[in-house]
Amino acid sequence: MSEMMTGAEMVVRALRDHDVNHIFGYPGGAVLPIYDALFQQNSVQHILVRHEQGAVHSAEGYARSSGKVGVVLVTSGPGATNAVTGLTDALMDSIPIVCFTGQVPTHLIGSDAFQECDTVGITRHCTKHNYLVKRIEDLPRIIHEAFYVARSGRPGPVVIDVPKDIQFARGVYTGPGEIIHKSYRPKMDGDTARIEAALALMAKAKKPVFYTGGGIINSGPEASRLLREFAQITGFPVTSTLMGLGAFPANNPQWLGMLGMHGTYEANLAMHGCDVMVNLGARFDDRITGRLDAFSPGSKKIHVDIDPSSINKNVKADIGIVGDCTRVLAEMIRIWREKKYQVDPEALKSWWGEINKWRARNSLGYENSDSIIKPQYAIERLYALTKDRSTYVTTEVGQHQMWAAQHFHFDEPNRWMTSGGLGTMGYGLPAAIGVQMAHPDALVIDIAGEASILMNMQEMSTAAQYRLPVKIFILNNEYMGMVRQWQELLHGGRYSESYSSALPDFVKLAEAYHAKGIRCADPAKLDAAIQEMIDYPGPVIFDCLVAKEENCFPMIPSGKAHNEMILPDFAGSVGDVIDAKGKQLV
Amino acid sequence: MKSHYADQTEKPVTERRTFCVLVDNEPGVLARIAGMFSGRGYNIESLTVSETEHEKHLSRITIVTSGTPSVLNQIEAQLDRLVPVHKVVNLSAKASIERELALVKVAQFGEHRGEHRMEALRLATAFGAKTVDATLNSFIFELAGPADDVERFINLMTAIGLVEVSRTGAAAIARGAEEM
Ligand SMILES: Cc1cc2nc3c(=O)[nH]c(=O)nc-3n(C[C@H](O)[C@H](O)[C@H](O)COP(=O)(O)OP(=O)(O)OC[C@H]3O[C@@H](n4cnc5c(N)ncnc54)[C@H](O)[C@@H]3O)c2cc1C
Ligand SMILES: Cc1ncc(C[n+]2csc(CCOP(=O)(O)OP(=O)(O)O)c2C)c(N)n1
Ligand SMILES: [Mg+2]
Repeated sequence: MSEMMTGAEMVVRALRDHDVNHIFGYPGGAVLPIYDALFQQNSVQHILVRHEQGAVHSAEGYARSSGKVGVVLVTSGPGATNAVTGLTDALMDSIPIVCFTGQVPTHLIGSDAFQECDTVGITRHCTKHNYLVKRIEDLPRIIHEAFYVARSGRPGPVVIDVPKDIQFARGVYTGPGEIIHKSYRPKMDGDTARIEAALALMAKAKKPVFYTGGGIINSGPEASRLLREFAQITGFPVTSTLMGLGAFPANNPQWLGMLGMHGTYEANLAMHGCDVMVNLGARFDDRITGRLDAFSPGSKKIHVDIDPSSINKNVKADIGIVGDCTRVLAEMIRIWREKKYQVDPEALKSWWGEINKWRARNSLGYENSDSIIKPQYAIERLYALTKDRSTYVTTEVGQHQMWAAQHFHFDEPNRWMTSGGLGTMGYGLPAAIGVQMAHPDALVIDIAGEASILMNMQEMSTAAQYRLPVKIFILNNEYMGMVRQWQELLHGGRYSESYSSALPDFVKLAEAYHAKGIRCADPAKLDAAIQEMIDYPGPVIFDCLVAKEENCFPMIPSGKAHNEMILPDFAGSVGDVIDAKGKQLV
Repeated sequence: MKSHYADQTEKPVTERRTFCVLVDNEPGVLARIAGMFSGRGYNIESLTVSETEHEKHLSRITIVTSGTPSVLNQIEAQLDRLVPVHKVVNLSAKASIERELALVKVAQFGEHRGEHRMEALRLATAFGAKTVDATLNSFIFELAGPADDVERFINLMTAIGLVEVSRTGAAAIARGAEEM
């Protein structure tokens, strides 16, 4: 299957060969030949974003919600530099992206030509891998390799920088075939002896816990299914990171809720007090561990991760297993059954007894009001009114993101898209656009803050152009709430530059973008307003005016251990809780 | 307050480690490796590269680095996950040979000139260094050997009149018949 064609045609043909139906991009001089090739075919639909950062976040939302590779096309120079935040976001959250960037013709590289930048140099640190194509002969191989690298092992973004003369050059195109990469071959199967050692440890556990993460989602829906099965046959409690929400159903009694800085009391105390911790596809991030030397001091730790560098990076694992979650879980379940393992039922029962006492503290509780909408209440109602539909949620970054993680519940994987590692304000709207492209009939909601949403507001135009009925649900507290909360807790309530002044009228803004605007400030009218949003067939900006100075609890203050959490009923001055060392942390 | 972890109270010991890295000789591969070290705050004591298998486009990079054992293990894992890296070997964990080449320029001026010239030559002989250039008041010595020897030689020459040094950094290989 080889054929003569131009480099630009190869790009489009390769997209087809990799089953790509949608790409997100923005044109410019250095990619015109590729745009011309796109114009002359119908199998790949291009979605014109309004900013290249938006293109990458859209591709991330598309990828995370569908399990496919997200594809981006941008021009040289400013097109490439605008994509950098999105690429870094995808790197931190392990999202598979292939991003084509235009480049000045090869003979001009290095001459400070018009719209030239050192794209491979700039993106080397924010991609899993990147390529500069110097010869037309290399182009097909590089594209096939890029798709392989982006989706295999620990997924991530890959940049292919294509000079304009290469796009015009003619050469022989060969299809992907079976890609055998020269050096990159991630290990998929876990070591059997280690799996057996891990199971023997688990079988003797008295206070076990599953600590699951984004790796389960990365591994695909089968991993979520296996996790459910394994949890069922072992009876262990399950908690998850922000990135893993949905892998285990929130309506299952074994679910402890999210763990970490804003996780539940029961999840964090179970982590602190467990004797065997089984980490499946999570990376011991600092939002999880808190103070490292006080992190789960009495436990043996089993860590399953496809990336060997994740194991022993932050926390020492007693048994590290390098492999894919699906394969390792399948093997664990098989051997557990074969050996007829069972944990001591009395011990497990008393462990659940302890957990249920922590649960009874109701750490996600809050004081509701009938005069003002509490942000937690708004999320609760949004969840209640949408849970029986096919709903996908994206978020921006801040308190609203944490309230969404705490009060919106997920029973399926790939339904929750959020910027966890980089924490990129402006992620949610473009991501929602990507999700809606992948799931045209679903209800897609961006849970937003009034500050974050302004960072990529221009993407409303994209939503309007493609008639994407995304719903932007703004918890408008007139503050960069998460910043304000830290200033209250750590900086004596001096709210330096964290007030959202001169906000636009979001209802009028919606109308300017051909969308519907809804505003609600009255808890009694909230349900009807949310219903109106859901029922409207086009994009909506919902300006939900909420309590302005609400804090997001529970919270493990920086530099503190899991058992030093601040709960919602905390009455003292938090400034006194965090010491000088803690204040230096982020 | 007493820490839960016993080993936290002990001062972490740093050590040196030599890694041999086999990579695809593609453009930017060196920047990728050097950038990984700087981006993650690791030390590079020395780094040498050259293409060793032309037909296969493979280059061999020798990196001498230092850190605590856990940092060094992390460096190994981080090297290994770079896409163009074929293989990483921790040579410090094996019987291996490490050599470095140095060009050392010494010059003698002033009252002890004669004595210093004699001493420089005597030391060069003792270390097995070659004299590759000489003028009436200077020498250039070429010394190949373990980094420690090179280090000692340079220290001694400093007392005599060191002008300048050029060092290649370490090249290293495991002993025995086995391939890396
Ligand atoms: C304001 C803010 C507050 C936050 N607060 C919290 C909080 O309270 N709690 C919380 O949990 N997070 C919180 N986060 C998110 C946090 O920063 C991290 O992004 C998150 O905890 C990391 O999740 P993870 O460990 O699941 O790893 P991910 O980043 O999802 O990484 C996945 C891991 O799985 C591995 N992996 C990938 N694919 C596979 C596979 N197929 N098989 C096996 N392993 C695989 C990867 O190598 C990696 O180690 C917050 C973020 C923000 C912005
Ligand atoms: C691009 C970017 N800049 C700055 C920050 C730091 N930051 C984190 S949360 C936050 C405030 C977000 O405010 P808003 O969107 O209103 O959300 P709220 O916390 O009020 O819910 C800021 C500025 C960030 N995460 N991303
Ligand atoms: Mg806000």
